[in-house]
Amino acid sequence: MTAVVRPTPAPSPISTAVARLLRSRRLVQRNLLVYRHTWMVIFSGFFEPLFYLIGIGYGLGTLIGRVPLSDGQLVTYAAFVAPALLAQSCMNGAISESIFNVFFKLNYNKTYDAILATPLGIAEIAVGEMLWSLIRSVLYAAAFMLVMLAMGLALSPWALLALPASVLVSAAFSAAGLAVTSYLRTVQDFDLPFGLVIMPMFLFSGTFFPISVYAQPIQLAMELTPLFHGVSLLRGLTTGSLGLPQLWDVGYLVAFGTLAMRLALRRLEERIIK
Amino acid sequence: MAAARVLQRNLMVYRRTWRGSLFGSFMTPMLYLTAMGIGLGGLISKGGSTALGGYDYLHFLGPGILASTCMQTASFESTFPIMGKITWRRNYEAMLSTPLEVRDLLIGELAWIAFRTGTIAVVFLFVLTLFRIPTSPLALLAIPAAMLTGVSFSAPIIAFAATQRNDGGFAALFRFVINPLFLFSGTFFPVSRLPQAVEWVAAATPLYHGVALVRGVILDDPASLAGWPLHLAYLVVFFSACAWLAHRLLRRRLVK
Repeated sequence: MTAVVRPTPAPSPISTAVARLLRSRRLVQRNLLVYRHTWMVIFSGFFEPLFYLIGIGYGLGTLIGRVPLSDGQLVTYAAFVAPALLAQSCMNGAISESIFNVFFKLNYNKTYDAILATPLGIAEIAVGEMLWSLIRSVLYAAAFMLVMLAMGLALSPWALLALPASVLVSAAFSAAGLAVTSYLRTVQDFDLPFGLVIMPMFLFSGTFFPISVYAQPIQLAMELTPLFHGVSLLRGLTTGSLGLPQLWDVGYLVAFGTLAMRLALRRLEERIIK
Repeated sequence: MAAARVLQRNLMVYRRTWRGSLFGSFMTPMLYLTAMGIGLGGLISKGGSTALGGYDYLHFLGPGILASTCMQTASFESTFPIMGKITWRRNYEAMLSTPLEVRDLLIGELAWIAFRTGTIAVVFLFVLTLFRIPTSPLALLAIPAAMLTGVSFSAPIIAFAATQRNDGGFAALFRFVINPLFLFSGTFFPVSRLPQAVEWVAAATPLYHGVALVRGVILDDPASLAGWPLHLAYLVVFFSACAWLAHRLLRRRLVK
């Protein structure tokens, strides 16, 4: 007698998605295990924005008077620069994982080839790496928020919302970093995103001085960058100078992050399964 | 000069890899210069400008960025590449099986750092001249001053690299030493704006003296130049002591 093999009903897309999301935590676990030995790399990253805050915000700040915000409110230079450094911590934490580390795992260590031999798939890898870089950057953001609170640089109760806003900024950069990494082939390729995008964004998109110093076309170009919106959103929250622009910042970051994530998922699939 | 062979080797490699150094050694500092010098410079108050010795911010910052770029390039070149030659690719092992000695390796590497920082200084002087910042031919002395600043960072870091088993310590070196020096050694603002104790710490670091010399000769600024024999002596003594130490530690690591 032959047994009748009944096809198992296909699981619903939602339960698949949930199962994948749950499975991707294994990748986060893996990264945690690896960092147990090199925790210094993560720990030391927290000090970079702190040094900039003390050196540029307070040191250089002594040479600078009060700075006007977009709504005309005048704040000290440290209070102006601190939320920008908060946004930059989110960006830095996210991309040091999703660009640097993912690049080496993808191209040199072949970590993902090994992971694919387990029940984890591409989506779990992508989501897992995004979650992990999100965790790292939110750690930086939270620590820096504490510093801002201690130094009296949170000028408004809205500053409480700066932490969830940092999660949004970090998520956008985690996804974007992953998408960028999928295009990099050699170590020399890092120069392009870092030299032409990340470094100029860090210096020019309203971080250290208001973009009103530029001519109109450059201002518009700067307003297209995700860091500009991260800075504008966080600065609005920590100084309490909030308005419609901050709503637009949230919309921009959500849309940018979603697009970047879709791109990253598609591109990683092409890169890992050749 | 056997050490010239080591320098020659680095130059040959550089003929293939110089493009990679364009961003770190030239693009990034120029971005800092324009962002901070011009953009941020517009925010400097009247009182602030007096504290800068009456110079506008771009003038003050330009020479400072030159000196700190030399520090950063010299430091980077003395960490991962040296570690690579010691253990990852074992170039030094190969070199030592020729008539070269450890001393030649060290002198060759330091000459290479002097070359890299010298070229940075030349390019920077050219750019600063476009902004009409250098005021007299004295500015040409910024080239040897930059080279001296470079080797003063290279020697201690080669000594440090010679003691390391892997590159884990370098992240801490850059985060806790090099980056703070970049921000606190008079590049962006006069160290006199810092609390007295921090000012003394800053004055004990080689970058402070390098910045003072480079700024002094480029701006032909009497205030920065006043202490030049002291700055020069500090750098020469610091460099010599660290080079001696680097030689000892490299020998211990490489010659069994």
